[in-house]
Amino acid sequence: MAVVELEKETLLTVEEESYWKVIWRRFRKHRLALAGIAAISLIVLACLLAPWVAPYDPISINKDANGAILRNSPPSAEHIMGTDAVGRDVFSRLLFAGRISLFVAFTVVFVQETVGVLVGAVSGYFGGWADDIIQRVVEFMLTLPLLPLLLALSAILRETTIPGLPREWSSAVIIIIILTVFGWMTATRLVRAQVLSLRNQEFTEAAKALGMNDLGIILKHMIPNSLAPIIVNATLGLGGTIILESALSFLGFGIQPPIPTWGNMLNEYQTDMWTQPAKVFYPGLAIFVCSLAFNYIGDGLRDAMDPRLKN
Amino acid sequence: MTENIVTTNGKKSKKLIQVDHLVKYFPVRGGLLQRVLAWVKAVDDVSFFVREGETLGLVGESGCGKTTVGRTMLRLTEPTGGSVKFRDVDVFSLRGNDLKAIRRNMQIIFQDPYASLDPRIPIGESIAEGLTIHRIGSPKERFDIVIQTLRKVGLEDYHARRYPHEFSGGQRQRIGIARALALQPDFIVADEPVSALDVSIQAQVLNILKDLQHEFNLTYLFIAHNLSVVEHISDRVAVMYLGKMVEMSPREELFENPLHPYTQALMSAIPIPDPKIKRERIILPGDVPSPLNPPSGCRFHPRCPVAMDHCAVEEPEFKEVLPDHWVACWRVE
Repeated sequence: MAVVELEKETLLTVEEESYWKVIWRRFRKHRLALAGIAAISLIVLACLLAPWVAPYDPISINKDANGAILRNSPPSAEHIMGTDAVGRDVFSRLLFAGRISLFVAFTVVFVQETVGVLVGAVSGYFGGWADDIIQRVVEFMLTLPLLPLLLALSAILRETTIPGLPREWSSAVIIIIILTVFGWMTATRLVRAQVLSLRNQEFTEAAKALGMNDLGIILKHMIPNSLAPIIVNATLGLGGTIILESALSFLGFGIQPPIPTWGNMLNEYQTDMWTQPAKVFYPGLAIFVCSLAFNYIGDGLRDAMDPRLKN
Repeated sequence: MTENIVTTNGKKSKKLIQVDHLVKYFPVRGGLLQRVLAWVKAVDDVSFFVREGETLGLVGESGCGKTTVGRTMLRLTEPTGGSVKFRDVDVFSLRGNDLKAIRRNMQIIFQDPYASLDPRIPIGESIAEGLTIHRIGSPKERFDIVIQTLRKVGLEDYHARRYPHEFSGGQRQRIGIARALALQPDFIVADEPVSALDVSIQAQVLNILKDLQHEFNLTYLFIAHNLSVVEHISDRVAVMYLGKMVEMSPREELFENPLHPYTQALMSAIPIPDPKIKRERIILPGDVPSPLNPPSGCRFHPRCPVAMDHCAVEEPEFKEVLPDHWVACWRVE
């Protein structure tokens, strides 16, 4: 009995720590990732609260005391980032642009990872012909050159409007759909690889022996156990999607003005690049900081979730 | 083997499980179109029965198909042929909800205590999983059952909230037992439940299994390759070789009077914990042949010390040569 007593003793002294607590403890050691979290939180908060934080309306034209339109005014106390060619406040536009850019990025990543996880889990769990078909589709889509295809598609779909939505929002929804359709494959592959190893583990058989059906096993055991690489992939994907959406908008195929996004602001301001370089710098900086921060967070998470690391 | 009541040593006991002509072949696929190139004959025409309340030990070396027998009986892998009867229910013909219902009565304990628990789920939830699936009781009642079951296997109430990585191998194996036990099954396949454990822990887990058997009148199919362990826990022992059943008899009978030459060789390999005793060891020539292409006739004949010409031609029948002692060998008549 002594051995049993001893075991009880050790168990009592082991601090109870959930999986997520362990991840957080490891994540905290990654300074750049912490900085990334801070930067992203600040940006997201500022953008979310844009209607209250932003000093001006993003599409109204500002005039000086004499009633003259403030075109291309340099940074000042009233307009901390100056005004643009038609007299709109750059800082306010930047905040409202961030709402759209971040909203698109989060939505796209959420939908594509969800689709990817479900498709990948089905593919890996059932195997056989379902797996074959899904994997051939994934391989086909991965070989498509992304940017030219996105440009062509957005050009074709530019005039399409979605019933019940204002024209400006239609283009945002279409961009979200296009980016999602071409972005779910990585998550699918990651989850499939995980599920392939998980489904042969004895706890899967135990669940089956207890009477759980396939759907239950996928939702309860397969997916929760394959989430770690997906979370990393999603975080890195946020940065990538912001850049992709910006690229499309910059080239004029993305979300259309007057709705501001960081990408189409870059496009608008590029004409003033030589006279007022700072204005191009602001949306560029926003894109840069966001994608860098997401990449650092992703790196930090990857290290924290690495199962080979203990403590 | 068809009547349901069998008489052993004057005791009458019912058969709980009747396995007839169980066959499981695994396809070997290859080539561009993944065509079936060959079949691994993991289990080939195996028949036996398990009596209510007894422990049937199933032994054999790695790859002889003993694990496949256990998993196929529980429909964890689909059978190629044969039938398994649990009481009067034909397990292989069940589908959907009927299959789900019978799973309550037939459970399994796994070999690897590390892979058999979902690392993301607190063990209390793992143990309650079967209850949730079968919608047994309210959440409160389920919790009570979990706690009771934990105590039965020698764990504490507060362990329910802990994750598998916080437990040792022996403790995890007890959690695995608790998970199987929570559904109050009649029959448990114990698939090498102690072979991954430290020797000092093995006895502990074996004793828990024995105690639970007495308390709940459980019936075990105890799969193992360690004959000492099997001798300790089994009432009867069945021996498998290369997908075939070669011998089955009560424990004492098998250990004292093994009839099949393969069983005799196995018995001679059990270590005796006394260096002064010398024993004649039967060393079998060669290796176990591949189940892809098993030998003709009796599968043991290429390695058998007493093989005759006839052994390579015709397969011996698995029959009852002495009361309750079944053998498949031409030499035993």
